[in-house]
Amino acid sequence: MMEVIKGLVFVALGSVLGGMARFWLSGVVARRIGETFPWGTLTVNVSGAFAIGVFGALAATGHGVFATPGPWLFAVTGFLGCYTTVSSFALQTLALARDGESLRAISNVMFSLVFCLMAVALGFAATRVLA
Amino acid sequence: MMSLDELRDRATLYALIAAGSVIGGCARYLVNVAQLAWLGPEFPWATLFVNVTGSFVIGFYAAIAGPDGRLFASSRQRQFVMTGICGGYTTFSGFSLETFQLLRSGHALAALINLGVSPVSWLVAVWLGHFAATRLNRLKGT
Repeated sequence: MMEVIKGLVFVALGSVLGGMARFWLSGVVARRIGETFPWGTLTVNVSGAFAIGVFGALAATGHGVFATPGPWLFAVTGFLGCYTTVSSFALQTLALARDGESLRAISNVMFSLVFCLMAVALGFAATRVLA
Repeated sequence: MMSLDELRDRATLYALIAAGSVIGGCARYLVNVAQLAWLGPEFPWATLFVNVTGSFVIGFYAAIAGPDGRLFASSRQRQFVMTGICGGYTTFSGFSLETFQLLRSGHALAALINLGVSPVSWLVAVWLGHFAATRLNRLKGT
């Protein structure tokens, strides 16, 4: 029980920063590039996938700060969990489909899945080589 | 330059999104804890659960609190619920890492199932939420 409460504190601290970072960056990207395609959400999700690959590789070493629960809950469960989003991705894909933009809707799904999985693998592999 | 009022509005918006993210992020963590206690770590059920339920909620809320919706919500309230709570509750990075880890640990079939089932179920969920709310919006009366 005490463990879970302690965990909630770490997650909450990371969530504050992650949620605000997502709102800020997706807004900047949407305003720069335009809002006919959800580039903002794609940007946070792909960059977040790269970062989680890095943390995953650091934790997989079994030592170092991210192999311990607190920093992991703060940076990964809290920050990156809140920084990336499935709900906005789903809502934006639905909006594209409902507007008759089926090609854009399908591209959004494909780009998100392919780029995020590539990013997590890249982040993981790069950290393995460098760390 | 932003005026003082604009600055205060921005700060309020960021604070609401941060508060919503804390609610969403903590709820997601608790679902993870529950999975580890009840189901064990074999398959990323917790992430699938939060992403499906979060997609349903955002689809429902966007339509029920939208321009034609029966629930009046200010733009701040919408940002609090959708960007804050739903955004913090769901996670694309968790899904990506868990799919990658399944693949790396030799569970290729589980990885493929997760990769195939997750996006379809998120999209069905957001559509179901949207559908339920538009049905409610069309009901007579208030």
